[in-house]
Amino acid sequence: MKRIIILLKLSVLGIVSAGLLGLLTVSSEAAREKYFDRSGRLIVIDKPAADLLRTYDTKNRPPEKSFPVPPPPFTEGIFPCSDCHEGMEPNLQRRTLEDMHTDILLNHAEGQRWCLDCHNPEDRDTLRLVSGEVIPFSESYRLCGQCHGDKYRDWRKGIHGKRTGFWNGDKEYLLCAHCHNPHDPRFKPIHPMPPPERPARGPH
Amino acid sequence: MSEKKKCDPRVFQLSRRKALKGLAAGVGVLAIPSPKASASVWESFFQKHFKELSKEDLPKVLARMEEQYSREYGRPVTVKATPHIEGVKFGYGLDLSRCVGCRRCVYACVSENNQSREPQIHWIRVVRLNKEKGIDLSEAEHYYNPREVPEKGHFYLPVQCQQCENAPCTKVCPVQATWRENDGIIVVDYNWCIGCRYCMAACPYGARHFNWRKSRIPTDELNPDTHYLGNRPRPVGVVEKCTFCIQKTREMPGRYPACEEICPVGARKFGNLLDPESEIRYLIENKRVFLLKEDLNTQPKFFYFYGS
Amino acid sequence: MKEIWHFYKGTFVLVGKGSKAYYIWVGALLVLMAIGAAAYVQQLNQGLALTAMTDQVSWGFYISNFTFLVGVAAAAVLLVIPAYVYHWKPIKEIAVLGELLAISAIVMCLLFVTVDIGRPDRFWHLIPGIGILNFPSSLLAWDVIVLNGYLILNLVIAVYILYNMYYRREPNKSFTTPLLLLSIPAAISIHTVTAFLYNGLGARPFWNASILAPRFLASAFCSGPAFMILVFLLIRRYTRFNIKDEAIHKIAELIAYAMFINLFLLGAEIFKEYYTDTLHLAPMKYLFQGLHGHSALVPWIWTALLFNISAFLIFLVPETRKNHVTLVLGCILIFIGVYIEKGMGLIIPGFVPDVLHEIYEYSPTGIELLVTAGIWATGFFVFTMLLRVAIPILNGDFHVSDDGVGYYIGDQLFFIPSRKRGAQGQGRLGTARDSAAPEVNN
Repeated sequence: MKRIIILLKLSVLGIVSAGLLGLLTVSSEAAREKYFDRSGRLIVIDKPAADLLRTYDTKNRPPEKSFPVPPPPFTEGIFPCSDCHEGMEPNLQRRTLEDMHTDILLNHAEGQRWCLDCHNPEDRDTLRLVSGEVIPFSESYRLCGQCHGDKYRDWRKGIHGKRTGFWNGDKEYLLCAHCHNPHDPRFKPIHPMPPPERPARGPH
Repeated sequence: MSEKKKCDPRVFQLSRRKALKGLAAGVGVLAIPSPKASASVWESFFQKHFKELSKEDLPKVLARMEEQYSREYGRPVTVKATPHIEGVKFGYGLDLSRCVGCRRCVYACVSENNQSREPQIHWIRVVRLNKEKGIDLSEAEHYYNPREVPEKGHFYLPVQCQQCENAPCTKVCPVQATWRENDGIIVVDYNWCIGCRYCMAACPYGARHFNWRKSRIPTDELNPDTHYLGNRPRPVGVVEKCTFCIQKTREMPGRYPACEEICPVGARKFGNLLDPESEIRYLIENKRVFLLKEDLNTQPKFFYFYGS
Repeated sequence: MKEIWHFYKGTFVLVGKGSKAYYIWVGALLVLMAIGAAAYVQQLNQGLALTAMTDQVSWGFYISNFTFLVGVAAAAVLLVIPAYVYHWKPIKEIAVLGELLAISAIVMCLLFVTVDIGRPDRFWHLIPGIGILNFPSSLLAWDVIVLNGYLILNLVIAVYILYNMYYRREPNKSFTTPLLLLSIPAAISIHTVTAFLYNGLGARPFWNASILAPRFLASAFCSGPAFMILVFLLIRRYTRFNIKDEAIHKIAELIAYAMFINLFLLGAEIFKEYYTDTLHLAPMKYLFQGLHGHSALVPWIWTALLFNISAFLIFLVPETRKNHVTLVLGCILIFIGVYIEKGMGLIIPGFVPDVLHEIYEYSPTGIELLVTAGIWATGFFVFTMLLRVAIPILNGDFHVSDDGVGYYIGDQLFFIPSRKRGAQGQGRLGTARDSAAPEVNN
């Protein structure tokens, strides 16, 4: 019975797309799918032919609110912050740091804010929004979005910043901090890859 | 310099022995394979147009190619012919306010798509323009090579196949060796192309490239995951071009094209134009978009935009 | 059927006979053809990388020659129109020579395309039925059809007429006249289609001007007839065949008109580009002035212009048109002038600057020059062979022998020592003085 259904499906398919699709799928009941994983290993699996009849399924996209990101780009050995800050009395006085974190140069509207406007004084392993809401570092985009609303909106749509993964499946976002140093967010110049070879003949 | 001159392959040297050897080999290439040639050479010679291959023939053709490439490169190579996905039309976005002209995309494309290293073929050409002049291609600098990019006063315009809806290249091909697939990707059947290069004359974007000699790719750099219409190793004398990484993007789920994945500034966007929720649709509807050489009515599916 | 075989047997014997000069000429052509073939084999082995073409300038010397020669082939019509439409006798006698030139030129065109394509082994992809000819979408498909059609048409007409003359029969007019009339639009079509091939590309503003096809035709009606005049003068000086002055002067007059139109259209094109001064001026600037210090074509195009204008003046004035020294000079100037203008001068600026405004200065490599020389030699060889058969037939020196099976060859030499000018206009020179004894094979 199942077989008949599959055959039925396949015949419908053949009529609908007489082209490429048909050629590939009808040949056998089960097609062998071959691909390479990221390490270059060849993987061969048996796949029912019906799986190859694919339409883009807009209903099965990941939920709107999920922004899977890689771990935040902490400086080596610095996180969790509570390793040092645990038990320290927070000093709310705005000042220039002289003992620790001297490598951090705030070049980000520094006249209007300082460390504890974003870092949560109560729990250094988290960040704090203006509203008082405490968020983990992995949601730092919400913090940035407080000022850069337009960028935040674009970022969530995948327009600002980089989005990788699958265009029709799970996507991976990068945090703002993966590209912009939050303390000095201007994008740093990089070395370009070599220019193409000039055509072999000619005046160049 | 003098050494380079010596190596210049265009310097005509024809010793008698070479000429005779050439004659023998040349005649073989010219018309028909010699009777001694292996069966696969004959099969390849008489192979039909990709779209006319029967469902029995296609797997055989793919298997023959896998066998041939695997032998040639000394490692397993797969050749698939994954068809388009219904309900998908691919579109590409490129944020000119982000691009820094670093050319990472150029080389990611080369290695993903098995472009020839020698002679060098690049499917993506990044040109440097002047901010003062805007999109004025007569100001284009192709060979900029500063220590750091972006450079003051300049912006960068990466150009690759625009996958035109009204494509001049497919229109002019005398043998229909290049066509637009249902998902909008313009492809070439490298086994059908006769190498007349009319499509190259017709393309307003310089997106088509010719195999002036047999492509050379180091064995260990070959991407063994290939598509018949995409990144499989190309024979000499045919035209090739960007296919939006057809071998990656047609999968289910499909990965982004290599240029999109590598871009360090996230200037490159890719998605389904028929999906109202896709990022490509969002940017078309919400950003300032422009099409390269719009006046030619090629209707590109490559949308340059200004993110900010 | 047997008759055809006898005819061909006769022609094979005929082309093997000739004076020393004939043998030297044919031998030299064969050597050049061999060299060209060797160069082509080299190119087949290593790919088109042996040429100077690149992704920027993807068509070069081969296609330039192709374009020029389509013009030469089309020009045969200039002889057919007065000969067969207006029944003007002096040209009617020689019109078949124009068709033979067309055949030779088309053979060269097809060879130039063959050496230019990357996969000549896949030529069968163009054949409808076993391959896929992208008709009507691709102008190249149109070109394949009209060029081959024109070749076949001219072959049929010329062979039919000569074949019947060989058998001393009057060619059937109700068969030849429609074909001859058809050859007029066919000649115009090969050139129009070839012009459209470039013309239809929005990517190349240098070609994307509707004046291109008329310019093509005008220049074709200069170069083709100029070459014909040179051939006629040679034929009547070095063979037993005679051609009337009237015919040559009439052709020269037609060249003057065609050259005027050609120069006028070129001027219109130059005005439009320079006065509007848009981005599309760049290729023309490259051609006439040089662009950003790149000026490889500049001396060539000015030479061409100078040649064309001088030739125009020569052909305009009846005295210089009828003086055979200036006439020959004018023909040579036109042939070279149009060769530059319609060849490299037309193709290369289509690619310089390229679509992304990169400038790559193309000049052909040794291989390209050798292959090109080989193809020109092949064309001359084909033309020589055709003339070797046609001229004795027209002259009555080669026909079926009285028994109706063998052949009569009255002209053993073909190339004869230069005849005195005074001998012109006296009809056929059938004396034994300039020919060895006739050969009759029964």
